[in-house]
Amino acid sequence: MHRYALAGASLAVIALATPAMGNQDVLQQTAKPEQWVLQTGDYTNQRYSKLDQINRDNVKNLKVAWTFSTGVLRGHEGAPLVVGNVMYVHTPFPNIVYALDLTQEGKILWKYEPKQDPSVIPVMCCDTVYRGLAYADGTIYHHQADTTLVALDAKTGQEKWKAVNGDPKKGETNTATVLPVKDKVIVGISGAEFGVRGHVTAYDAKTGKQAWRAYSLGPDNEILFDPDKTMSLGKPVGKDSSLKTWNGDQWKIGGGTAWGWFSYDPETNLFFYGTANPSTWNPVQRAGPDGKPIDQKWTMAIFARDVDTGVAKWAYQMTPFDEWDFDGVNEMILADIDVGGQRRKVLVHFDRNGLGYTLDRVTGELLVANKFDPKVNWTTGVVMDKNNPQYGRPQVVKEYSTFQTGQDKNTKGVCPAALGSKDQQPAAFSPRTNLFYVPTNHVCMDYEPFRVSYTAGQPYVGATLSMFPAPGSHGGMGNFIAWDAAQGKIVWSKPEKFSVWSGALATAGGVVFYGTLEGYLKAVDEKDGTELFKFKTPSGIIGNVMTYSHNGKQYVAVLSGVGGWAGIGLAAGLTNPTDGLGAVGGYAGLRDYTALGGALTVFTLP
Amino acid sequence: MTRAGFAVLFVAAFALLSSHSAGGQTAKKEKDGKWETADGHPTYNIAGDGTVDWYTFSGFRRYHSECHVCHGPDGEGSSYAPGLMDSLKSMSYEDFMAVVASGREVVRADKQSKMPALGDNNNVMCYIDDIYVYLKARADGVLPRGRPAKRNDKPAAAEAHEKACFGEK
Repeated sequence: MHRYALAGASLAVIALATPAMGNQDVLQQTAKPEQWVLQTGDYTNQRYSKLDQINRDNVKNLKVAWTFSTGVLRGHEGAPLVVGNVMYVHTPFPNIVYALDLTQEGKILWKYEPKQDPSVIPVMCCDTVYRGLAYADGTIYHHQADTTLVALDAKTGQEKWKAVNGDPKKGETNTATVLPVKDKVIVGISGAEFGVRGHVTAYDAKTGKQAWRAYSLGPDNEILFDPDKTMSLGKPVGKDSSLKTWNGDQWKIGGGTAWGWFSYDPETNLFFYGTANPSTWNPVQRAGPDGKPIDQKWTMAIFARDVDTGVAKWAYQMTPFDEWDFDGVNEMILADIDVGGQRRKVLVHFDRNGLGYTLDRVTGELLVANKFDPKVNWTTGVVMDKNNPQYGRPQVVKEYSTFQTGQDKNTKGVCPAALGSKDQQPAAFSPRTNLFYVPTNHVCMDYEPFRVSYTAGQPYVGATLSMFPAPGSHGGMGNFIAWDAAQGKIVWSKPEKFSVWSGALATAGGVVFYGTLEGYLKAVDEKDGTELFKFKTPSGIIGNVMTYSHNGKQYVAVLSGVGGWAGIGLAAGLTNPTDGLGAVGGYAGLRDYTALGGALTVFTLP
Repeated sequence: MTRAGFAVLFVAAFALLSSHSAGGQTAKKEKDGKWETADGHPTYNIAGDGTVDWYTFSGFRRYHSECHVCHGPDGEGSSYAPGLMDSLKSMSYEDFMAVVASGREVVRADKQSKMPALGDNNNVMCYIDDIYVYLKARADGVLPRGRPAKRNDKPAAAEAHEKACFGEK
């Protein structure tokens, strides 16, 4: 055998040992239900666990097994990871990582605390939250507030490499988790309130070298669009699909950041995520040269991109020309469900704008777009007729258009509020019921846009808003709902006093878990939402519930530690201007229920 | 009664009236729709029917664009940053200006917080007196939460100040 044939043979062996599908290690690790190695549970983002020891009958007996204080006071989003015998717990800024030994009652194996410039704190709009770590191939991937991406040895906590993804002096920060996939780590960026031009970036998982970067806005070669092959609503996007939807150079400070979650489909090699609002919040300042609304692509959009190249296969803009701050970053859940009598590979997304979308994840075809809160009023709905020139676009109600009402004028009673019918707190999907379990906000707003000027690294907002519980409803600020994504219908809805700001978990035991802002961990029946168990943890919950198994015993864990947008907007309680001055302060203030403090609470059966 | 005696009486009556409506403030005066305390600091004016002067209203708007995402609605504070309606109960106008312009940092073992320096942010600094008088009215307990229901129109002087501050002609 000569040299070339030998090379060919060894290549074939490598190809066999490393299938093209996903990161083999992540796929193997996430297939073990006793572990939780990605924030999202697995690549599908279903947040479903096959563990069934805790079930509908015995969940009422759940007891606290152990607790852990993180030593940090800020809002705690995300969840711990469990890999083998080790639990990895992250904190908000200063972004500490703890490795806890599950065989020694949570003894600290190692602690990693980066040194970061505190000047990053105030450029993180809405608290210094962090939605957590990811694990692959013996490495913990940690994306700090100051956008430093660190690869840590999972055994020792030693740094393997570091990469810097952005510049906090320009308002570029990070709050999101990362996606380890194949030989890459894919990361996003925050800062649309600071005029940051959003992007996703892939780094080499072994070295930290940048592989590609895809902006959300700008020229085709920078947003990695192929004008002939990148599709939207069944048609090629064409040349300059982003540039021609902006007035002049505004795209350069146009927002569209990517601070949400990532999902991945190994069959098509596509990963999915959404983009944030256009900057500023004042739509009048973003109007086209003719003074009319202009789309501002690809803000507020769902993207499907190839992992290897970053090139977009399809994109869909949910809220063209945003007038309300309805970021499109919420999670993209991948599932195979029957739609119209046919098995479809779908992507399901609950947007800030109050619409629940079901799309074909292979082609980007829009299948369903319906309101998942009946109070949503800014739109009459999305045009689903493919022959209509408005196909795929939401129809805006004039009364709730902050653009049509105008600059320096107050648009009243818009539902939902800027925090959306749902924010980043991820929903769960159970293949047992084929239902999606969604934590929601039930809050409306008055919104007044006005002129602002741009200064690098300074807030670039340009609107004032006041929020209040959805009028004519149960008076609470949230619901926990079950959603049929094939029909686009709410199956049941459980009212909550506050917005539900905690990620849900569905389990094979038929129990669905979520946390509340007062601090309750709640367990409900997957069928009808009946409350089966609740326990008040030390602080309000904005973290996501996870489950794992150790030595044959199932555990449920959640981070509490109130904060984030919820802690800022709801701490003092909401006021309703339409109630008149006498009733001001009549709504529940979160600060009457809970106080700061990061803590992990782990539950199990006695 | 002499002219001077009448003037003294009038001033006394005015001071009484304004201290009633302005929550314990001493005498203040108005120029081009903007109110000042006797020691020359900007202040709010709230009429008996609740109508606020333009600058207080403008402060409400600017606060809820620039400050609210950390300090919470209506100056009430949040889980993230202190309530400025409490801060302004004891903080002087000069100290307020200094902290907004230059920022403030607390780095302790149990706490790391940082107020950014906003000195080069026109969206803040061109309206800093507006934000101050709004928060002062909140601190003095004379302005309820929420958007002021009634306000005076924008004075020409406010328009001129805005243009000059942003360097527009």
